[in-house]
Amino acid sequence: MSRIADCFQRLADNRQKALVVYVVAGDPTPAITVPLMHDMVASGASIIELGVPFTDPEAEGPVIQLAHERAMRHRVILRNTIAMVASFREQDTVTPVVLMGYINPIEAMGYEAFAALAASAGVDGTILVNVPPEEGRVLDQAMISQGLDPIYLLAPTTPEARARMIFERTRGFTYYVSVKGTTGAGNLDIDEVTRRVAAFKAYATTPIVVGFGIKDGESAAQIARVSDGAVVGTALVSLIAANEQDPVRLREAVSELVADMRAAMDAVS
Amino acid sequence: MTSTVEDDGQAASEVRAAGINEALTVMPDEKGHFGPYGGQFVSEILMTALAELDQAYRHLKNDKNFLAEFHHDLEHYVGRPSPLYFAERLTKQMGGARIMLKREDLNHTGAHKINNCIGQALLAKYMGKPRVIAETGAGQHGVASATVAARFGLKCRVYMGSDDIARQSPNVYRMKLLGAEVVPVTSGSRTLKDALSEAMRDWVTNVDDTYYIIGTVAGPHPYPMLVRDFQSVIGIEARAQCLKQFGTMPDAIVACVGGGSNAMGIFYPFLEDRDVRLIGVEPAGHGLETGQHAAPLSTGKIGILQGNRTYLMQDSDGQVLDTYSISAGLDYPGVGPEHAWLKDIKRAEYVAVDDKQALHAFRQLNRLEGILPALESAHGLAYAMDLAATMSKDEIIIVNLSGRGDKDIPTMAKIDGISLD
Repeated sequence: MSRIADCFQRLADNRQKALVVYVVAGDPTPAITVPLMHDMVASGASIIELGVPFTDPEAEGPVIQLAHERAMRHRVILRNTIAMVASFREQDTVTPVVLMGYINPIEAMGYEAFAALAASAGVDGTILVNVPPEEGRVLDQAMISQGLDPIYLLAPTTPEARARMIFERTRGFTYYVSVKGTTGAGNLDIDEVTRRVAAFKAYATTPIVVGFGIKDGESAAQIARVSDGAVVGTALVSLIAANEQDPVRLREAVSELVADMRAAMDAVS
Repeated sequence: MTSTVEDDGQAASEVRAAGINEALTVMPDEKGHFGPYGGQFVSEILMTALAELDQAYRHLKNDKNFLAEFHHDLEHYVGRPSPLYFAERLTKQMGGARIMLKREDLNHTGAHKINNCIGQALLAKYMGKPRVIAETGAGQHGVASATVAARFGLKCRVYMGSDDIARQSPNVYRMKLLGAEVVPVTSGSRTLKDALSEAMRDWVTNVDDTYYIIGTVAGPHPYPMLVRDFQSVIGIEARAQCLKQFGTMPDAIVACVGGGSNAMGIFYPFLEDRDVRLIGVEPAGHGLETGQHAAPLSTGKIGILQGNRTYLMQDSDGQVLDTYSISAGLDYPGVGPEHAWLKDIKRAEYVAVDDKQALHAFRQLNRLEGILPALESAHGLAYAMDLAATMSKDEIIIVNLSGRGDKDIPTMAKIDGISLD
């Protein structure tokens, strides 16, 4: 079984939901990323989404756009992001790590070369914001042949027929973007999320995690009650930005939020 | 037996030829691909909106009422057809082929951009969207979008890079006069590319009530197709005007290429006319060798940005490079996917002209013809002037004079050291 499937099995055995955490590789400095990944796992994160810095992060709100800019200042790109995963794997061979970002750096590296490099580093899958299943067929083949999971997204605007098609293509888990908007958008409508996730569950082929608008223990717990997991990104990246000059405090603040969310989610499952 | 083989060969080659011919104008395919280019590289939130737009457009492009409204406004509001004007003194100066100017600069709002905006505002109206958004570089597409929004009673917001706002101030004020909200974009390179990303962000947030008027033949499918179709009125007119005035086809068509909408608009109706050279002119900025330019077809590699696969200015790691051109409207790292495809199949040629050459052509057209071209259009003109000198006097070049240069007066005055305050 893959690390992602193992992870969801372990969570189910423990009657827990997945806490998926997102940070941008190299934000605010390349040295902090791997220790921060270990911190988050120690605080209760189940899966790490590592953002791959890109010049044009067109689906991100202002907070994560700035994180990409901070990382790019240190020339953190796809190649050294993958190297960070290899470094993380020296101590953690269990926690799934998926790369999240945009297709062009992978296009430039070449699909086969990317899949081979990512797999050898211990990457488990990708979430590519600007690649719908229609455009992902060739890359999927390269990834699957290396044991990597192409993870696709669902949106509030996705109709049922399309959602069924997406579930035929997605592997590992599926990411439901709960809000129409960019990352960091507010207005989480828990009733709407409950209704949509329940409908997806009738034909889902993978666990469904929910992202966008989850910023604290309370919202994470609400999401955990109705889905297989909650994704937190902008709230973590905001803490990183606020503590950019103080790496010790930065790591503490991120760990505290992850631990709060884990506790709140465990209290309701 | 030999004759049969020859017949088969000839028939096959005719079919092949017919097949290729057909392929030139039936592009893109159903999913919006021009060969390997184009497509829909967007977030899942937008996939349904793009499918609705594609469906609405495929229906409306054959709808009599829609087409009647479109052509009515092109005639009575935009002022079409635009003239095909013989630049006699410029031709004499260059001493070669006849230089004909397709006068899109005479359109309402001063550029070809309005053709597409009329079409898309009508789409917004037919689709029941009360709000439109647009991105703009030089401000011409922003002005055209704000104009049609006023004309059709739609709410309008325009995203514009803060660097472009500084260098195109007359158009910024003009958009405000038209009732549009102009939002400065301070992320990334603060130019057209970043304005487009910000407009995409607005669209994902407000997709239910908002129509996104993309200004060029780029972005996700169906935009490259529908913008081309709305702009192809330029080429349809130019073709008929040339036949009427000369009884023959032009030998070459020259147009500047940023995203490539004015070029695609004039090229498209000539795609089947294989003897007509189609030449797109990219901005070489300070020179291709300096890296400070915006000429992806001349120097770029294939990549994916802002909804489509195309030639892209990027480094070896797939990060998008900053671009430079004196012309804000050409200052973009990508290019429409149909141009990428026409380059690969060699149906169109793409060249580059630097700032200096464009400025020279800009001044020449003022002095010799009394026409103030946009700096964008001056790039096409500069190449056409040099090309004319190498051709014979009975040959014809049509230059798409895509816009007028009133908006560039502050830039030009600054270059000449003149204060306008």
